[in-house]
Amino acid sequence: MIGEVGHFALIIALMIALVQGVLPLVGAQRNITTWMNLAQPAAQGQALFVVIAYVCLTVAFVQNDFSLLVVAQQSNTSLPLAYRIAGVWGGHEGSMLLWMLMLCGWSVAVSAFSRRLPQEFVARVLGVMGLVSVGFLAFLLFTSNPFERLLPAAAEGRDLNPLLQDPGMVIHPPMLYMGYVGFSVAFAFALAALLSGRLDASWSRWSRPWTIAAWSFLTAGIAIGSWWAYYELGWGGWWFWDPVENASFLPWLIGTALIHSLAATEKRGVFRSWTVLLAISAFALSLLGTFLVRSGVLTSVHAFATDPKRGIFILGFLVIVIGGSLLLFALRAPKVGLGGAFSAISRESMLLANNVLFAVACASVLLGTMYPLILDALQLGKISVGPPYFERVFVPLMAPAVFLMGIGPLARWRGSQVPELAKSLRWALLASVLGAAVSLLSGGSLLGSLGILLAVWVVATTLALLAEKTRNVSGSFVQRVSSLPRRVTRAEAGMLLAHFGVGVFIFGVTMVKTWEAQNDVRMEPGDVATLGGYAFRFDSAAEFNGPNYIGLRANVVLSKDGKELAVMQPEKRMYKAQGMPMTEAAIRTRLGGDVYVSLGEMVSETAWAVRLQIKPFVDWIWGGAALMALGGLLAATDRRYRLARREERAAIAGRVPAGSA
Amino acid sequence: MKLKLLIPLGAFLLLAVFLFIGLGLNPREVPSPLIDKPAPPFKLAKLDQPAESLSRDDMKGKVWLLNVWASWCVACRQEHPLLVELSKQKVVPIIGLDYKDQRPDAINWLAKFGDPYDLSVSDMDGRVGIDYGVYGVPETFVIDKNGMIRFKQIGPVTPEVLRERILPLVKELQK
Repeated sequence: MIGEVGHFALIIALMIALVQGVLPLVGAQRNITTWMNLAQPAAQGQALFVVIAYVCLTVAFVQNDFSLLVVAQQSNTSLPLAYRIAGVWGGHEGSMLLWMLMLCGWSVAVSAFSRRLPQEFVARVLGVMGLVSVGFLAFLLFTSNPFERLLPAAAEGRDLNPLLQDPGMVIHPPMLYMGYVGFSVAFAFALAALLSGRLDASWSRWSRPWTIAAWSFLTAGIAIGSWWAYYELGWGGWWFWDPVENASFLPWLIGTALIHSLAATEKRGVFRSWTVLLAISAFALSLLGTFLVRSGVLTSVHAFATDPKRGIFILGFLVIVIGGSLLLFALRAPKVGLGGAFSAISRESMLLANNVLFAVACASVLLGTMYPLILDALQLGKISVGPPYFERVFVPLMAPAVFLMGIGPLARWRGSQVPELAKSLRWALLASVLGAAVSLLSGGSLLGSLGILLAVWVVATTLALLAEKTRNVSGSFVQRVSSLPRRVTRAEAGMLLAHFGVGVFIFGVTMVKTWEAQNDVRMEPGDVATLGGYAFRFDSAAEFNGPNYIGLRANVVLSKDGKELAVMQPEKRMYKAQGMPMTEAAIRTRLGGDVYVSLGEMVSETAWAVRLQIKPFVDWIWGGAALMALGGLLAATDRRYRLARREERAAIAGRVPAGSA
Repeated sequence: MKLKLLIPLGAFLLLAVFLFIGLGLNPREVPSPLIDKPAPPFKLAKLDQPAESLSRDDMKGKVWLLNVWASWCVACRQEHPLLVELSKQKVVPIIGLDYKDQRPDAINWLAKFGDPYDLSVSDMDGRVGIDYGVYGVPETFVIDKNGMIRFKQIGPVTPEVLRERILPLVKELQK
């Protein structure tokens, strides 16, 4: 019964989405106010029914209703409650429903927070989002129905993939989807601007907070996924350049270019067509990511159910949505060269360089991801492209981008004087060179020292900008610092925090790459192994029973200089329902890095293979990403955007064209 | 309209063409190293009569299908009616390899959904499955009169695969 309610709710949501996708758009074109006014209630109504469907599926999971196919495939009576709830998005159908739920969430947010925008514009934005909804609801109903029955019902479910039975996996997909789907808002704003033919600064100002918020979620989602891979897969790696990871990384790269390009468009009216193209591309890549993951065209460690019918559907949808919007772009994009002039050393030129570098980086990651498929399609053989390719193209592209990132915020719009810039940056430059020298002298590699140079550069230039802000404040250091909150807007603070996070991230990556150590040893109770100044004593190993698995837990005593620091308990688990073995690494986290112990195979009656790893500063990688995401959220909630809306409304009330601001 | 503005559209459509071709390819179709090699030997207890056993060599001189299944496997239910139908036609013997399963569960499952197998053997610890390179259940092998593996289907057997690949191959091998 509950399955049918959910199914029916999805069908109603599709009907409402059709209304939302057609009438407001036509209304905006023909200036029919009543049709335009349908946009908000339709978006909210559609959201209501999608929520009903989602709740139905969750209830089915909680109640162990194995007469629903997805529940029988993804759940089990012995699965703990939290994972039964998270199990909803453990499979293909449920995760697409989660996608839909997020899309509705964003649509409702747009309808609620855009009351101050011109109705014609909001109608177009929500209309475009409605069309995207139509596509995904149809995809759910026709190829991936989460409410499909399994009759006769299974006596017991197959259980959730053990890899996904983890707190990280509970948060990772929703965060990632928030980001993916969030770019649909930027996309809808761009299309609305193209449709209205008014591609001006006000469009980019309206779109900025949404885009930055989506980018923050995506950043957090990718970081959580990477962290999860690090502690759950048991290999100690944190990024594998796997096609599915790349699928989430591509929209991030373009999204990063987009939020910077939007800044230039809003402030100076430059790069308009380019910004629109980036907004379309960011969402296109989100859809492409969904296609790559869900159609199974690429092989990956992420084993998802594959079904060619689904692939055809998403591909068709992709061609209509992206092909259509790129065609619209070709027809409507404004003439190139609009906007104010700027010199070679200016904030505009820095942002442009950032854009180009990120777009090229995205293109090369896309090429590496698609290359095996293209070769296979041309019948030139089966190959796989691995981390060496990605690292070789990625580092040379990102290094100059990071270098410019330090200068950009200090450079002035229109043009800066080189001596003036050099003066504000000399201490930062000195500090980074010193940092690199220290790294080289202590035995770091050339590449590692470059990493340190860039990390210090980013942090030091951030401080230099703060110093610049308070240059005119007289008085003591304390007085200057305490004047900062008045002199730095929330958007600037967010930007600085995010840039600072990039520095922290680079430092973490560099330290791990340069100084990590690893040792695979065979250990029996009583054996002692050493690595990086630590001693590991293997005490014992014993079996225990988990809720839905049988586990084996070892006790490894970690000590340094004869002092016992911790008892580490790496585990191996055998999940009963799927007969799948899993490794749970024991990790001791400190600010200066992790000690990582994972339990391998039993090599004899009493001996085990054990992998010991030292990961210096590894957590700074995710710490840096968290700072980036936080910075983004800070910037997205700047007062200016709310004020801007209020002014816009005043402008409209006063019958002044909104675009003239 | 400037032609330059059409470049993104062109690039995207080119990508879409490759994606479309890609859909028709199967990246998992890594050529099995076992094709045209002798089927790995086994000797396993029969599912319904654990005291008796079946070995690979018992099937010598016949073309036969080895179908890897389990009662816990949902995808096996998808191909099951097809196998039951095939068994009624009596064109080729089907031997079931009950993979990492519990005997009572497996017997119940066959009683409930029908038993298409001439015989099932149980591979409780999955040892034989490893020899056969099983990495997902169900899988189906076509083995010829000399005990050579001639075809391997990973995942459920579909009506197309049965009609276009398996049955013609069986007919050819039986000559």
